[in-house]
Amino acid sequence: MASKIVVFAEVRDGRFKKAALECLSEARKLKGELGGGDVTAVVVGGAQVSSLAPSLGAYGADRVLVASADWLERYDGEAYSKLVVAAVSAEKPDVVLIAASLDGKDLAPRVAALLGAGLAADVTAAKVEGGKLQITRPVYAGKAYATLEVKTTPQVISVRPNAFPAEQKTGTAQVSPLAISFKPEDLPSKVLEVKAAKTGKADLTEAERIVSGGRGLKGPENFKIIEELAEEIGATVGASRAVVDSGWRPHSDQVGQTGKTVSPNLYVAVGVSGAIQHLAGMSTSKCIVAINKDKDAPIFKVADYGIVGDLFEVVPRMTAEVRKLKGK
Amino acid sequence: MQIIVCVKAVPDTATRIKIASNGQKIDQEGVKYALGPYDARACAKAIELRDAIKGDSKVIAIASGFSDGERDAKKRLKDVLALGADKGVFIADPDPEHRDPLSVAQALAAAIKAQGKWDLVLFGRQAVDDQNLAVGPMTAALLGVACVTDAVALEVTGDKAVVTRAAESRTETIEVKLPACVTAQRDLAEEKYPKLKDILGAGKKPIETFAFAWPAPAWEVKKLSAPPPRQAGKIVGEGPDAVPKLLELLQSEAKALTF
Ligand SMILES: Cc1cc2nc3c(=O)[nH]c(=O)nc-3n(C[C@H](O)[C@H](O)[C@H](O)COP(=O)(O)OP(=O)(O)OC[C@H]3O[C@@H](n4cnc5c(N)ncnc54)[C@H](O)[C@@H]3O)c2cc1C
Ligand SMILES: Nc1ncnc2c1ncn2[C@@H]1O[C@H](COP(=O)(O)O)[C@@H](O)[C@H]1O
Repeated sequence: MASKIVVFAEVRDGRFKKAALECLSEARKLKGELGGGDVTAVVVGGAQVSSLAPSLGAYGADRVLVASADWLERYDGEAYSKLVVAAVSAEKPDVVLIAASLDGKDLAPRVAALLGAGLAADVTAAKVEGGKLQITRPVYAGKAYATLEVKTTPQVISVRPNAFPAEQKTGTAQVSPLAISFKPEDLPSKVLEVKAAKTGKADLTEAERIVSGGRGLKGPENFKIIEELAEEIGATVGASRAVVDSGWRPHSDQVGQTGKTVSPNLYVAVGVSGAIQHLAGMSTSKCIVAINKDKDAPIFKVADYGIVGDLFEVVPRMTAEVRKLKGK
Repeated sequence: MQIIVCVKAVPDTATRIKIASNGQKIDQEGVKYALGPYDARACAKAIELRDAIKGDSKVIAIASGFSDGERDAKKRLKDVLALGADKGVFIADPDPEHRDPLSVAQALAAAIKAQGKWDLVLFGRQAVDDQNLAVGPMTAALLGVACVTDAVALEVTGDKAVVTRAAESRTETIEVKLPACVTAQRDLAEEKYPKLKDILGAGKKPIETFAFAWPAPAWEVKKLSAPPPRQAGKIVGEGPDAVPKLLELLQSEAKALTF
């Protein structure tokens, strides 16, 4: 059974997100397992996105549909969902893949509902069995995993960042425009103002490395030592809820069941005890390091590597040793 | 103004989840249920808005779910009534565990439409059990109205709402025509706790039942499994002198760092 897959390829800061390339690579793999077919990437963005589009061929796109206009530069759920739905209605795919980035989590349910399609969100594994797609997704905040089959055609799947590899091979994609059949004035909402928070650093949801600080840091000013280590190893800073509740860090930094769910390659928990709600948000990280002065802290039960010690001694030493390794 | 808030009864976040012997559902033994933490913020905001708006404003809470025991969703409606909502609407679901988000949105959209006039529907950004982060925007799409997700502030003026959205690496201020749907991030409102007399008074407020003919679900859950167990790892050492060894292991063994 040949299959058609549409992938929304998200752009940020003039580049495709790694999470988008992961989706495309997964689409290419699923296409193979489903007995061939084709993968169409949908790109929405400002004027420059057309020039980026051909590069998607190497990640698995056979074709790319591009909707570009200056006013589409920044993500807008109402506008983007209309465009992805237009592409899906024209392509009639079996599967629609969207990276479960923060914006992707806003987009996927809109697209699914407008299509009357089932949605499996934040999927961490997918395989083909008997010609059908079997999806695995965490439930109860990662305390369990559900394996399921979506029954609708198409089915919409949002894919957890860092759960699938992005693989660059060779391949070219045929690029064509996607018509924009509406104007910003037609939309029911209007953005009045945008304040940029941190730029450059990957959002926690997509970060490959995270250094998180807990109450063990004793005060907001001490997060400097976390930031320095994060800077040296190219990590995003996270926090426990205790820290957020104390007002030391913004809620957008919170990792856990009522914060962000993360699965980086490396998660360094510093002065974090490892409460069940914290573990729920980060226990799918590939490698977990814990630094805590209490050898019985629950975080050590999930950590791959631990150092028992005073974080105010251990973390600055880590930063210094990393600098040495980098030849600084 | 008529404000609707959709709430779900979810296992308390401190609950350990055990999988039942059939491998498809969770073991209900000892599981405590609560109002979802984001839903609680949505409720607080809905009530705050109603109290700020003069005239005949009402808050209606809608919950779909189980109708028995500790997990009974009507109990969570009572929580919202105790916080100050005016009416509860209960949708009985014969099989709510892992109900797919499209079906939930269809049920909620039908119940919302049945309320006649409505201006604003609030949701939590996510239910902390299923974590679809989907039911709010899906319901909005089915109702044909705009949706702003991850709201950290919300003001209503006339037939418009101004919503501050915590988006990725930016904060947006969005003006949206009412009726509309909004999903609550944590900072949307302070969590509120009911007083004893409000808890007692909630018993007198109405909870209506909305009958929904559940369609065939959009997915079939084949099994539920425990997360792959994490091996307790090794304590590399004590104090800062263990750092070089840790970095070596991260590079050579875990391949989690390269320089
Ligand atoms: C509904 C609900 C939802 C929640 N959601 C979340 C969530 O999403 N995310 C989350 O994180 N929590 C969440 N929590 C809170 C959670 O239960 C814990 O209270 C919280 O995670 C604890 O944060 P912590 O580890 O920073 O602080 P603590 O538990 O106080 O731990 C501090 C740790 O630092 C160590 N320490 C202290 N000094 C030093 C030092 N000098 N050097 C080294 N180590 C040191 C201590 O040994 C201790 O282990 C939630 C709770 C509830 C009720
Ligand atoms: N069964 C339900 N009944 C009422 N509201 C619900 C239900 N399921 C989800 N919701 C609402 O939708 C939000 C998001 O849920 P979810 O998309 O499952 O993460 C929740 O915070 C609730 O506000």
